[in-house]
Amino acid sequence: MTDNIITSLADTSFYKIQRRIALKNCGVIDPENIDEYLAMDGYMALHKVLTEMTPDDVIQVMLDSGLRGRGGAGFPTGLKWKFAKGYDAPQKYVCCNADEGDPGAFMDRSVLEGDPHVVLEAMAIAGYAIGSSQGYIYVRAEYPVAVKRLNIALQQAREYGLFGKNIYGTGFDFDIDIRLGAGAFVCGEETALMTSIEGNRGEPRPRPPFPAEKGLFQSPSILNNVETWANIPQIILNGADWFSSVGTEKSKGTKVFALGGKIRHTGLVEIPMGTPLSTVIDEIGGGVPNGKKFKAAQTGGPSGGCIPASHINVQMDYEHLAEIGSIMGSGGLIVMDEDNCMVDIAKFFLTFTCDESCGKCTPCRIGTKRMLEILDRITSGKGTMEDIDKLEDLAYYIKDNALCGLGQTAPNPVLSTIRFFRDEYEAHINDRHCPAAVCKELFHYVVDPDKCIGCTQCLRNCPPFAITKTDYIAEGHKLPSVKIDNDKCIKCGACIEKCKFDAISKQ
Amino acid sequence: MKSMQELAAIREAMKAEITLAGKPGAKRVVVGMATCGIAAGATPVLNAFVDGVKEAGIGDKVSVKQTGCVGICQYEPVAEVYDGTERTTYVKMDAEKAKRVVEEHLIGGKVVTEYTIGATEV
Ligand SMILES: Cc1cc2nc3c(=O)[nH]c(=O)nc-3n(C[C@H](O)[C@H](O)[C@H](O)COP(=O)(O)O)c2cc1C
Repeated sequence: MTDNIITSLADTSFYKIQRRIALKNCGVIDPENIDEYLAMDGYMALHKVLTEMTPDDVIQVMLDSGLRGRGGAGFPTGLKWKFAKGYDAPQKYVCCNADEGDPGAFMDRSVLEGDPHVVLEAMAIAGYAIGSSQGYIYVRAEYPVAVKRLNIALQQAREYGLFGKNIYGTGFDFDIDIRLGAGAFVCGEETALMTSIEGNRGEPRPRPPFPAEKGLFQSPSILNNVETWANIPQIILNGADWFSSVGTEKSKGTKVFALGGKIRHTGLVEIPMGTPLSTVIDEIGGGVPNGKKFKAAQTGGPSGGCIPASHINVQMDYEHLAEIGSIMGSGGLIVMDEDNCMVDIAKFFLTFTCDESCGKCTPCRIGTKRMLEILDRITSGKGTMEDIDKLEDLAYYIKDNALCGLGQTAPNPVLSTIRFFRDEYEAHINDRHCPAAVCKELFHYVVDPDKCIGCTQCLRNCPPFAITKTDYIAEGHKLPSVKIDNDKCIKCGACIEKCKFDAISKQ
Repeated sequence: MKSMQELAAIREAMKAEITLAGKPGAKRVVVGMATCGIAAGATPVLNAFVDGVKEAGIGDKVSVKQTGCVGICQYEPVAEVYDGTERTTYVKMDAEKAKRVVEEHLIGGKVVTEYTIGATEV
C-alpha cells in the first residue's frame, strides 16, 4: 500500500478470498527450472511415498482426503486407484487428462504452463500406488507452451534421477510419454482418450469394463484430470486431515474456476469448495460491469447448466450444484447479464456438442441435431409450444441412451434453461419476441423521435440504407429525426453504436 | 542423477532465492509468461527487465524470472517485484514501463505506484 493505493495483488479482494492449493506455485516459480520446484518442496512427496509408505498407505491417504476428480464427474480419486491396484497385470498405466475441451476453460492449461512438475510428481506417486511404471499425458496440440514446458520438465526430472529407472535409489521405475490430441471434445472422455492414445480414431466405447480393469492397451489404467493431480503432492505431504479440513462435508478441498463473461474481473480463481456463487461474482469478480443486472451463471460448460439469479447464494460444491440441475464440471464459470438470451445460450452449447458428437451412437449424432433444429425454429420465430415438450422428450431420451458422457450430458444446457427461463422460451414462441434482443429475427431497432437530434450519423453508417429522415422535428431540436425501415434493416447494430444521444433502442 | 545431499542443497539455495530469506537488499522479479501473458505482450517486458538489470549491473542483487499465470487476465502483461516481504504487482506492462520500474524501483527502491494494480482501471 502506498498513498492508499493497493500495490500488491495479495491485498486485492480478487485474491484475498482465494485459497491456493492446486495453483500454489503458479505465478510464483519459474516453470522451466526444476530447482525452483524443488525449493517449493517439490518431489518430496514422491520421496515420502517411496521411502515411508506402502502402496496401500498411499491409497488410504487418498481415500481419507476425500479428493474427488476435478475433470467433471467428481469420482473419488482414492477409490479409482484402489480398483486399479486390485487388478493384476504385467503392465498398468497412469494417464493424465489435459484435453481441456470445454469452451472458455483454461484451468488445466494454466497449471501445466505454471507448474508442470506437480503433475509429473503426482503421476509417479499414482504409479507407485497402483503398480505402474508407465504414464501418458494426453494434451491438446493447441497448447504448445504447455507441451514445451512438460517436455522440459520431464527432461530435467530424468537428469536429476527423479524420473526413469530406480527413482531415489528405491528400485521404483516410472516414466511418462506425452501424446498430443487434435482438439476433439470427445477425446476428453476417458475411453475415447485411451483409444486415441492407442493410435486409433478417438471414439468412446461402452463401459463396463471400466478402465481400472481394462483401459489403455486393454490393461488396468487410471485417468485423472490435471487439477486433480495438482492437489496430490500436498495431500501426501500435509496429510489427509489437512486437505479434508478445507471445503464441505462431501466436497473436500478447493476448486479452480475460469471466471469469464459479463464480470468485471475475469481470471483464474481457486476457492474452497462450498463458497457461495455470490461471493465469487461480487467479491472476487467485482460484480457485473456497466450497471447491468446479473442474470445467470453457467457452470460445467456444454455438459452443465445455468444458475439463475434466484440461486445466486448456492454453494459451489458437487452436491449443491447438482441439486439445482447444474454440475461442478471442470471449472468453466461464465457470467451472463440481462443482455444474454437464455435460448440463444442453450443453442450455443448445443451447436458445440452437435458439432463435436463423434457420430458413433445414434441418440447423440441424430438427437442433438434434431434438438438443434427445434432451437433454430424457436429462435427464428417459427416455434410452437409443442416444441418445448419435444425438446424435453428428446433431451431425456438422449440422456438415457447415448453411449458416452458427451451425449448423456449434451441436453443439460437446454433442460436447465427451460427449467429456469421457460418464460423466455414462451416469449420467443408466443410473442415472437426475444426479450434480451439477441435473436435477430425477434426484435427490431427503434428510433425515439424526441431524443433524435437529426445528426444522421446512423443514417450515413447504415449498410443497407434502411434509415431515412422524417418530417418530425422535436421541440428544442433543429433537424428532423430519422426512422428505421424494418424490412431493410439487417440488425447489424451499426446505428446504435454511432448514436451519441441514446435515441436508438432494441425492442 | 543427483544424490539426496545434492537435492537438499539445491532446495535450500533455491528457497533462499525465491523467499529472499537471509538475503537483505535482494529482489526478485517475475513476469507472467503463460500463453495469456505471452499473447498480451509479456516477452518484450521480460526482455526489458533482463536487459535493464544487466545494464545497471545489479544482477547480483536482482533476479528476473519468467513464471506462469497469476490469474488476472485483464491486467496482462503482469510483472511482480518481491523486495524483502514487500510484494508489488505491476500490471498492463510494456517495455518502456519495465525500464522505468528498473530505474525507480529496482535501482532506486521506490515503487512506481501509477503502474500498480490498485492504480489501474480495467
Ligand atoms: C465429452 C467429455 C469430455 C470430457 N473432457 C474432459 C477434459 O477435457 N478434461 C478432463 O479432465 N476430463 C474430461 N472429461 C471427464 C473424463 O472422462 C474423466 O472423467 C476425467 O478425466 C477423470 O479424471 P478425474 O477423476 O480426475 O476428474 C470429459 C468427459 C466427457 C464425457
